[in-house]
Amino acid sequence: MAEKERKLPAAVTSPETEEYWAAAKEGKLLVKKCKSCGRTHHYPRSLCPYCFSDKTEWTTASGKGVLYSYSVMRRAPIPYALAYVTLAEGPTMMTNMVDCDFDKLKVGQAVKVVFKPTEGGGALPCFTPA
Amino acid sequence: MSIKGKAYIGGIYEHPTRLATDKSLAMIHAEVAKGCLEDAGLSKDDVDAYFCAGDAPGLGPMSMADYMGLTKLKHFDSTDVGGSSYVVHVGHAAEAIALGKCKVALITLAGRPRAEGMATGTVPRSRGGSPTPDEPFEFPYGPTVVNMYGMAAMRHMHEFGTTSEQLAWIKVAASHHAQYNEHALLRDVVTVQDVVNSPMISDPLHRLDCCVITDGGGAILVVAPEIARSLKRPKVKIIGAAETTKNQMGGAVDLTYTGARYTGPASFAEAGVKPSDIKYASIYDSFTITVLMQLEDLGFCEKGKGGAFVSDGNLISGTGKLPFNTDGGGLCSNHPGNRGGLTKVLEAVRQVRGEAHPKVQVKNCDLALAHGTGGSLGSRHGSGTVILERE
Ligand SMILES: [Zn+2]
Repeated sequence: MAEKERKLPAAVTSPETEEYWAAAKEGKLLVKKCKSCGRTHHYPRSLCPYCFSDKTEWTTASGKGVLYSYSVMRRAPIPYALAYVTLAEGPTMMTNMVDCDFDKLKVGQAVKVVFKPTEGGGALPCFTPA
Repeated sequence: MSIKGKAYIGGIYEHPTRLATDKSLAMIHAEVAKGCLEDAGLSKDDVDAYFCAGDAPGLGPMSMADYMGLTKLKHFDSTDVGGSSYVVHVGHAAEAIALGKCKVALITLAGRPRAEGMATGTVPRSRGGSPTPDEPFEFPYGPTVVNMYGMAAMRHMHEFGTTSEQLAWIKVAASHHAQYNEHALLRDVVTVQDVVNSPMISDPLHRLDCCVITDGGGAILVVAPEIARSLKRPKVKIIGAAETTKNQMGGAVDLTYTGARYTGPASFAEAGVKPSDIKYASIYDSFTITVLMQLEDLGFCEKGKGGAFVSDGNLISGTGKLPFNTDGGGLCSNHPGNRGGLTKVLEAVRQVRGEAHPKVQVKNCDLALAHGTGGSLGSRHGSGTVILERE
C-alpha cells in the first residue's frame, strides 16, 4: 500500500456532466442510460452514443464491477494504478485501483467503488478489490 | 473511384538530427521540405499542395506556407490524427491528385520534444484550453502515454497469453536494423533478456519496450503520374490507402484490437493484394505492443497469435518472414515530435526504391506497406495504412 496518496485534481464540470460530479460528492456513481435503446454508456453524454437519441437519463450504478485491465505507473513520484473497470451495468470506465497491494492486482477480479477526495472539495470514483 | 495508381511518391527526406537545440520548429519543417524537393529534383515553386498536422506552428498550412514562401497552393489539408497523420496525408494527397486538384503535394513533419525537455511518456498531460469531453473523466486518473499502452498490453496478455519475452523480440529486431543506421539514436543490438531486465516503467512495459524521444522531422512528396515519369527517381506507386478512428465505443471498451482491423483489409482490397504478398512492412512502433497488435489487425497473423509471429527473429531483415522497420524505427532510430507515421512511409519508400541500407535491404522489394497509429491504443486513436508498389 502506498504511504502517501496522489493529489487528485478538482473535476472540470459542464452543464452536461455536473450531476455526475455532484453525485460523486455524495458517494454515488451515476451512469447514463438511454430510454430509446436501453443501453448504458460512460463517460456521460446528453445524446446516446449508440442510437443518438436525446432520451438519456441518469441512473445510480451498483458500484460493483470487474477489473478489465490496469497498469501500475512505477515511475511516478507516488506510484499509482491506472485501470479500466467494467461496471455491472455494462460500460467500462477509466479509474484508479486504490487502497490495495498493486502487485496482487489481477485482470478479472471483482472490485467495488470507493470515492477519493479531490482538490476543491469534490470526490472522484475509484475502485478497490471487493 | 480508387486512388490505385493515380499518384506516386516523388521524393522523400529524413532530417538527420536527433537533438535540435539550435533549430526552430518552422526551420526544421523548411529544411525537410528542401531536402525532399532536392531528392525529387523539383523546386519550391512546383509545389501546389501542402499537408501538415498539429506539429506545425500556428494555423498549419497558412503559417507554414507563409514561412516557406509557398505561393502556388491550390490545395491543403491539416488533418491531425497524431502520429498517424502523415500516413493519412499520403492517402489524402493521392485523392486530391486523382481528382485533378493538384500535382505536387508536399507533406512535412517536425518536432523538438527532446530539446524542450518534454516528459513525453510518463507525465499526464492536460491538453489545456477547452477540454475534450473525455478529459474530465480520464485526466484525474493519471493517464500517460505509457500506462495507457500498458493497459492494452496487459489485456492482450490476459486474453491471449502474450508474454514480455515475445514483446521483447520486436525491440530485438528493431535493434538489429538500427545498428546499420548511422543516424539512429540507439545503435546497440539488444537481447530479449536486455529488454525484460530493463526497468519497469508501467506494467507490463519495460523501458526497452518504449520508443525513443527525439527531435527531427521528415517530408514526403506525392506527385501525379506525369510528374513521376519526368523525375529521375525510381517510381513508387501508391496502390492502396485507408484511414479510420477507433474509440471507447461509449464504454464498450475492447483494448485487444486497433483501427488497423479496418484499414488493413480496406487498403489490401483497394490494392488488390494480400498480406502474404507484402515484402516489407513499416509498422508504427511507439511501443512493442503497438507493433504486435497492428500486425494481427493488418492480417499478417491471426488475432492473438502476434506473440508467436514476432518471436525468434521473424521481423529481422534477412532472417525473418516479415522484415519490419529496417531503419530501426521509433524503438531505436527516431520519433520526431512524438509522431512516427511519416518516418514509417520513408523507410517503406527506401525499401521499394532499393535504397535502404544494403545490410537490411529486402531483395526484390516490389511491394511494401506502411501503417501508422496516432493517439492511444488505450483509449482512442487514428489509423492510416498505405500500400506502395515499385513500377
Ligand atoms: Zn440509445
